[in-house]
Amino acid sequence: MTNFRSGMCALALVLCASAVASADEQARKTAQSQVEFGIAVAQKNLWQEAVFRWERAAEIDPTYAAAFNNLGIAYEQLGKFEQAGKAYEKALELEPQNLSIQQNYDLFKEINDRAKRNSGR
Amino acid sequence: MIAPSGIRVASLALGAVLVTAGCTSMYEVPIDTPIQAKLDVTPFSRVHVVGFISGGSEDVDANMETVRLLRSQLRTKSKLRVIEADPLPLQQVARDQANGPAPAAGNGGAAPVAAGMAFPTRIADEKDLEPFEALFANAAYWKKIGEEFQQPLIVTGTVMFRPHQASGIVTQEREVYDNFGRRTVVPMRVYMERKGYILRPKLVFIDGRTGSVLYQESYREERLYPSQQNVPALSSFFEQMDAVLPSFLNTLSTTRVRGSRVLLK
Repeated sequence: MTNFRSGMCALALVLCASAVASADEQARKTAQSQVEFGIAVAQKNLWQEAVFRWERAAEIDPTYAAAFNNLGIAYEQLGKFEQAGKAYEKALELEPQNLSIQQNYDLFKEINDRAKRNSGR
Repeated sequence: MIAPSGIRVASLALGAVLVTAGCTSMYEVPIDTPIQAKLDVTPFSRVHVVGFISGGSEDVDANMETVRLLRSQLRTKSKLRVIEADPLPLQQVARDQANGPAPAAGNGGAAPVAAGMAFPTRIADEKDLEPFEALFANAAYWKKIGEEFQQPLIVTGTVMFRPHQASGIVTQEREVYDNFGRRTVVPMRVYMERKGYILRPKLVFIDGRTGSVLYQESYREERLYPSQQNVPALSSFFEQMDAVLPSFLNTLSTTRVRGSRVLLK
């Protein structure tokens, strides 16, 4: 009887874990479709719409580095440097080894320094 | 606006990352980042480049050339209306203001400045410009000029453009062929005598309503050429002004820096 109970517990745990995993997968899938749509509109120069999509993606899956990286780019294009910096930093925090994110961030910092010098006059 | 060389190099590196990654989940997109103007020019509808106190090389009239260049840039790249008037004889104005207790005719009734200061007969280097600096702080004079031209944004300052020579070791790239005829490029240090020019403009932006200085910025450019190469002074002047212009324009209007970034999927 005890064996049966512990077996049931283990099964419940496995089911729970797989449910969580599939929920995560589902979230990533939904976020990914938002990111893809955002890329498509950004390539048509519709940056406001792209921001809306990537913000949604980041809400749905807050561990999705690509969404934050893309948000950084869009904010930069729109001249929102503070938000861009935060988005890039979050992306790097999630994927510190990602060279593309690092490269984007380095280029952004160069522009941001110049903008700061201007506003600091 | 053209992206600064650092940004261009980084963009190339970015391209290289993309090529090596060979990945379809990366998309390079061009972006146009806006850099806000250094100065809020919304109170002004007109700009008056009144002239500069200049010195150095006698081959180039740095005052006239700077006035012409800045006005033409502002006409095409700024929303402000450019006032077309003869440049003011600022050197003479500064001397007149310093010499007499009563303002000289044409000085706009401004208070004298830098009284008793010795003005050089010829402006040869940066030090000779110092006595003239007080003119830019004479708010009464600039206010009067502003009233004459419907209170525009006034652009003035100093421009020093002087010849310069330097000799020493420089690194050059030389082509070298080995026994098999294979070509390689190697850096070589060679002694070289070079001559060229130094350009030091100081741009002063004055509020034509109050006569007060709103903003000022100094630049330093230098170009040296091999001594055998005979580069005309005027061409060197424009080459160096070309490097200053983006920053000058960014003082008055928002500029956009082109670049590219990588979107990720």
